[in-house]
Amino acid sequence: MRDGSRREPLLAARGLRKSFGHIVALDGTDFDLYPEEILAVIGDNGAGKTTLIKVLSGAVIPDAGEILVEGQRAHFRSPLEARRHGIETVYQDLALASELNIAENLFLGREIRRRGILGRFFRILDKPRMLREAARHMSDLKIGIQSMNQTVGGLSGGQRQGVAVARSAAFATRVVIMDEPTAALGVKETRMVVEMIRRVKARGLPVVLISHNMPQVFELADRIHIQRLGRRVAVVRPDECSMSDAVAILTGAKEGNGLSRPTARSASRESSER
Amino acid sequence: MLRPFSISGIGALVALLLACTFFSLGTPRFLRGENISLILQQAMVIGVEAIGQTLVILTAGIDLANGTVMALGSVVMTGLAVNNGVPPVLAVLIGFLVTSGFGLLNGALVTTIRLPPFIVTLGVLNITRALTLIYTLTIITGLPDFMNTAGNTFTIGATQITFGSVLMILLYIIMFFVLRATAWGRHVYAIGNNPEAVRLAGISRTRLLLSVYALAGLFYGIAGLLLVGRTGVGDPQAGLNDNLGSITAVVLGGTSLFGGRGNILGTLVGTLIVSVFNNGLQLMGVQEIYQVLITGILVILAVSVDQMSHRTQG
Repeated sequence: MRDGSRREPLLAARGLRKSFGHIVALDGTDFDLYPEEILAVIGDNGAGKTTLIKVLSGAVIPDAGEILVEGQRAHFRSPLEARRHGIETVYQDLALASELNIAENLFLGREIRRRGILGRFFRILDKPRMLREAARHMSDLKIGIQSMNQTVGGLSGGQRQGVAVARSAAFATRVVIMDEPTAALGVKETRMVVEMIRRVKARGLPVVLISHNMPQVFELADRIHIQRLGRRVAVVRPDECSMSDAVAILTGAKEGNGLSRPTARSASRESSER
Repeated sequence: MLRPFSISGIGALVALLLACTFFSLGTPRFLRGENISLILQQAMVIGVEAIGQTLVILTAGIDLANGTVMALGSVVMTGLAVNNGVPPVLAVLIGFLVTSGFGLLNGALVTTIRLPPFIVTLGVLNITRALTLIYTLTIITGLPDFMNTAGNTFTIGATQITFGSVLMILLYIIMFFVLRATAWGRHVYAIGNNPEAVRLAGISRTRLLLSVYALAGLFYGIAGLLLVGRTGVGDPQAGLNDNLGSITAVVLGGTSLFGGRGNILGTLVGTLIVSVFNNGLQLMGVQEIYQVLITGILVILAVSVDQMSHRTQG
């Protein structure tokens, strides 16, 4: 590291490339997420936001480039491998099974089994414990749902989002990634999810937030990663950059700060502020 | 908390009770113990096939080959025992292996080549039908005693009860708990609900579907053993219409053809509805063709209910 005092990114990417046929989704993009921050990723449609996030969550394998988890190179060949590194993702469609109850969705693929051969051999679930722990995870984020026994299909959009966020927050040890968490929600439910995102951060987990909602991005984010034409063109701070400037950068009307790598200036600012 | 029946499942149970009430009013013979036992005995083969069919349909698949796979299994087990002198128990196990193997083949084609289950099982239907007829064109008779066990009866009071029908009910209860209480069971529902959620949860779609289709194949083998026990022969022509029969039972029982929704005990009720109608109408002297007519009407009613509840849920 060039600067010893600088905090190391928790999750970083260097020179990621990914094409789908003739379409270049990622054209050598970089990425840096620091501890305890909310990093918003913004960009126009087709800028490669979703592909970037899928690469970081293991759902898409990049053609080139590297991912660094706490400075160590990592290869995510599946979402499971990203999860093993403590990176959990809330997908836009939430990835919930509507006929399963809240507890079963929270623990999907990581079910708690009974002790002894009943659990190990017959894979019988410890449902009481799953319900108890689900209730604890949901109340940690102050999501007001009483019964963990109801099926997710019967919940409102905001409540479903709550289940998906609680699942990620429960299992993430390093990073929570959220793809457009409020895109499908009404005003009141959006407030609820915004509060949830703050609570995830308050628990010490950094959040990567993909959003189209500029006021929300400027309200929540500590730093904003601006993606354009498959590259990171700028990283700005909401208190140092106006919303219209950010929009100008992402549409290409204005030059970004050309961040292919963090500059020495922004890096030292990173450390002095903490 | 166990919810033995969903709303559509309760609908099936109500329909079954209404049918029973109707027929017991129509003919005094209907409610006799021996007649109930007969209904169960007539339901046991299709009932066990319908367990496998339910598993496949819950994953949003469909199995058209269950009847022909069962027939192949039953001629293999009887043929080996009668023609080749293979010990009966071993012959039955080999029969189970064959049916599970074709189940596995269905699963492998669905997962690796990603063909629709409808097409895969249509192909396997023809393949297993042909293999059965290549193996034997004639009915296999002279079975060892062991193979008749499932068709034998024991007596409670004055009523004779077939072992096979008890086995059928036991299998339903076991699978009800497996689907409710195990991680595997919940994953079967989840993959029918939202396959992408299952993938993102790190659950192997391939392994899950292979296990479902192979287990379904095992149930077709058990159904084959019950068929052999009930008829006392190995019949290469058996089971040809059982695919539609088992799908009928599943649908009547309130399981959604879209996958991910339904209840295995509903399938038992669905099986019994068909069996009760056939039995009751027969007792009342109604021609057999009307039994088919009524089954058809019931299926369309049941699917309409499913469609409408699917639409209101969005």
